Amino acid sequence: MAEAHPVGFQWVMEAKKRGAKVFHVDPRFTRTSALADTYLPIRAGTDIALLGGVVRYILDNELDFREYVLAYTNAANIVSERFADTEDLDGLFSGYNPDTGSYDHASWQYEGQEDNAKVRGTGKERDSASGLEHESHGEPVPAQAPRDETLQHPRCVYQILKRHFSRYTPEMVARVCGIPEEKFLELARAWTENSGRERTGALVYSVGWTQHSVGVQYIRTGSIIQTLLGNMGRPGGGILALRGHASIQGSTDIPTLFNLLPGYLPMPHHADHPTFDRWVDSIRHPGQKGFWGNSRAFAASLLKAYWGDAATPENDFCYGYMPRMTGDHGTYQQVLNMIDGKVKGYFLLGQNPAVGSAHGRAQRLGMANLDWLVVRDLFMIESATFWKNGPEVATGEIVPEECRTEVFFLPAASHVEKEGTFTQTQRLLQWREKAVDPPGDARSELWFFYHLGRVLREKLAGSTERRDRALLDLAWDYPTHGPHAEPSAEAVLKEINGYEVATGRPLNAFGEARDDGSTAIGCWIYSGVYADGVNQAARRRSRHEQDWVAAEWGWAWPANRRTLYNRASADPEGRPWSERKKYVWWDPDAGEWTGYDVPDFEKTKPPSYRPPEGASGPAALAGDDPFVMQGDGKAWLYAPSGVLDGPLPTHYEPAESPMRNPLYGQQANPTRKIYEHPINRMNPSPPEPHSQVFPYVFTVSRLTEHHTAGGMSRTVPRLAELQPEMFVEVSPELAGEVGLAHLGWAHLISGRAVIEARVLVTDRLTPLRVDGRIIHQVWLPYHFGTEGLVTGDSANDLFGITLDPNVLIQESKVGTCDIRPGRRPTGPPLLDLVGDYQRRAGMTPDRKIPLVTTDAAGGDDAAGSTDEQSPAAHQDGEPHA
Amino acid sequence: MGLKTFIQGWPVYRQLTGTDPLGRGAAAQSARSAALTARTETADGMARSVCPYCAVGCGQRVFHSDGKVTQIEGDPDSPISRGRLCPKGSASKSLVTSPLRQTKVRYRRPYATEWEDLDLDVALDMIADRILAARAETWEDVDDEGRPLNRTLGISSLGGATLDNEENYLIKKLFTAMGALQIENQARI
Ligand code: SF4
Repeated sequence: MAEAHPVGFQWVMEAKKRGAKVFHVDPRFTRTSALADTYLPIRAGTDIALLGGVVRYILDNELDFREYVLAYTNAANIVSERFADTEDLDGLFSGYNPDTGSYDHASWQYEGQEDNAKVRGTGKERDSASGLEHESHGEPVPAQAPRDETLQHPRCVYQILKRHFSRYTPEMVARVCGIPEEKFLELARAWTENSGRERTGALVYSVGWTQHSVGVQYIRTGSIIQTLLGNMGRPGGGILALRGHASIQGSTDIPTLFNLLPGYLPMPHHADHPTFDRWVDSIRHPGQKGFWGNSRAFAASLLKAYWGDAATPENDFCYGYMPRMTGDHGTYQQVLNMIDGKVKGYFLLGQNPAVGSAHGRAQRLGMANLDWLVVRDLFMIESATFWKNGPEVATGEIVPEECRTEVFFLPAASHVEKEGTFTQTQRLLQWREKAVDPPGDARSELWFFYHLGRVLREKLAGSTERRDRALLDLAWDYPTHGPHAEPSAEAVLKEINGYEVATGRPLNAFGEARDDGSTAIGCWIYSGVYADGVNQAARRRSRHEQDWVAAEWGWAWPANRRTLYNRASADPEGRPWSERKKYVWWDPDAGEWTGYDVPDFEKTKPPSYRPPEGASGPAALAGDDPFVMQGDGKAWLYAPSGVLDGPLPTHYEPAESPMRNPLYGQQANPTRKIYEHPINRMNPSPPEPHSQVFPYVFTVSRLTEHHTAGGMSRTVPRLAELQPEMFVEVSPELAGEVGLAHLGWAHLISGRAVIEARVLVTDRLTPLRVDGRIIHQVWLPYHFGTEGLVTGDSANDLFGITLDPNVLIQESKVGTCDIRPGRRPTGPPLLDLVGDYQRRAGMTPDRKIPLVTTDAAGGDDAAGSTDEQSPAAHQDGEPHA
Repeated sequence: MGLKTFIQGWPVYRQLTGTDPLGRGAAAQSARSAALTARTETADGMARSVCPYCAVGCGQRVFHSDGKVTQIEGDPDSPISRGRLCPKGSASKSLVTSPLRQTKVRYRRPYATEWEDLDLDVALDMIADRILAARAETWEDVDDEGRPLNRTLGISSLGGATLDNEENYLIKKLFTAMGALQIENQARI
């Protein structure tokens, strides 16, 4: 955090000054470690084993915040007797279908609800990254589940959790992660001691957790701990994602993503959502508890914002115009399709995949096989010049005279040359004023897309093609100003906020959304950012003039709420858990919720409220159900659906690992998304033979002085000078083993690429003793490429493409490689070297990657059957050797 | 120069009598630095802005004169950053005023070995033509069971996390209307 989010880290230091203990877990000792109380080195890709150890420590010692857990979580819910755990099935859960590589969730449901499971097979959900929809709300579950408030029932969530994590002992943590037992216990003790009524603990993570083939389950494990300890919805608690681009949160909320529409509405799927009603019901789940019940109004209002006058209740608000998904249309599938010649044109909008995405060679070869490419950026980036000086030009794989891609480079306006909002990492929108005009041909994206739409519509005017109706009927009238006819960002923000169609009055909250076409809302979760006709994101009341919550600085979604689920900061009766941790509470005299923040609860619903029989939507949530966007108002320790790779997190080895999984016969995530394409050869891992060809683990991250793919930092003299060269950090032990000299050269080889780097021998990296052997890890920054003031090979070239099944994020924080002294070969011999390693590792084009590495999947589960089956028949309690 | 002014010119006197007993601020100021004015004081204007790099969202004050950015500083009012900027945020002025920035449209013909110039309007027009051609060539109206698809898989787009919400909104809206489904950004890398 001190490296990549330095100014955010000042708050960690403030907390430390007030007595907080800071723990830093990282494969590499960094500036954060230097300032932490305790640093724990870890083998990359094993965090679930570490966190699972903490869950076990909490449960074994009964250190959970019991009142909170009983009242606010699903710990007491009783799960179907058909459910079989990874303990029973050697690392698989019940319902696995090896043919599709996915799970049927029926057996994961609560008792008596097996047939309510929305999804039987979940291959489709995986292809459409449906897990992302849960950024704003949970998966639906039937409201009434059988419970055992004593937590003694052998199939209640609490007991299942206990059994599931029983193997994650301190010894096992040491064996898997390489963290000594006493360090682990120090962490577990401090974390639990710092939680409860009087204290809260925070968990901060970044892409070191998400970019894994089990990324979502990393976060799930963290949330199980924070929920057991009562750290959610309370001040000083929570799980905080530190995101890496100025508005990456905004670009997920208002998504430039294939599977989502604004406000986490799903992009329609051709088979599941043939009609508007089916689409809406798939979001709303008629009869469900919770706020998602209003989604028909959000959906109708979005289509009204898109198609304006043309969108009417009679024509389902032009739902028929919406494009439909049929499967995986994610960025990695697209790139493989480019290589296969299926994509004609590609826009790059401030993103540089030639350096920033996994498998750089696949990215560049894909771009070299397009009809046309439009690059919009501040600087000339590698993704615009791959045809001229990319690494494949040197190897002869791309010959400029034979490369057909037509490239348009359009200069972009910088952040001071346009106005608009960024949404930062805590969901806070901040409006930026414009300082100066952009230079020369540089323009904002707002300008480019507004005018592109205008030109397209002019060219199509009079077209009778059915496919052109959606463009011609589009509501595309935005006021413009200035010599370049810049569209008004404020007008767009007003549309995002939403307005009453008849009067144009901006809406004050998403509660005003209607499903009859009388409201238009571009992104319902942002409703309120233009409340009272005022740009709330532009508010800049000084921190000196308001309290520590600073509610009048910018605007946070939803409803300017700074801490989500903050009803949980009060006890079931609505009283603060403690004076010290007071945040939001029930005021019985006023008959309303009040506090420092905007209460995340219906303002006048008393803690004693119990829903009447048959209630649905928000009215079905009781006065002590704080997790209001969840279908049952509870925090989920166990997820009966919604998480595709298991109701509970399980340690799997990374897709590329030098080690056999010490916990189960199942080696890696059996539902991970793999792409068997000739260009995407994955290094073998046990139990496959030849993993020793790539004996070392590598991981990548950021330098303080550079930003992502370097387009905004290798081009800036000050930053380029501070970190002028690509390098690799290795431990003195590994340097000795391989013969690497400090400040000399080394090259690293994977099944995809060879890259070179200067060697930094440092004890910031430690060889780890893991499962009786020594594992060496090396670290690389991933910012370098061939353009800019400082250049170097790209670390991301080393990675192959394997994705998490829930959200299709790639595993680009851990892989295997070999490292050798000296510079890499150049030209065709470089390809020979990769080919040689592929041959030695048995990475033939026809090799099939084994998804399942245990035979426990046999029997009834194999076909994804939901029939009765006996978990005992599959018992295999011994960890795999 | 009178005696009083002379004595007051001694840093040690100012240190002992003034508001700066440690002698690190006003007391140590030379006549030369006293005569300097900060760029921030003479600027034509100041825009309240936000750092363009990571998602901490540090506040920036962008000072400008004669249509040029003259200084970018941390915003002391911000409850997020309290006036601080990290090396990247502090380099923002170098970023936006960099001579390496591209300010002209560049065009590479198929099979060409060099860039050429192109007018912005012409480029916009050519891109629009190519979109329409790609749509026409790869349009999918319905699936094999006759259910609507309304889309093209012939067009892709990547990027958005460095852009404004308003921009992402228009991008998604326009691409959706043209049936281009394959829209992705940094959230998935
Ligand atoms: S100044 Fe540094 S920490 Fe702050 S937003 Fe910019 S990059 Fe992030």
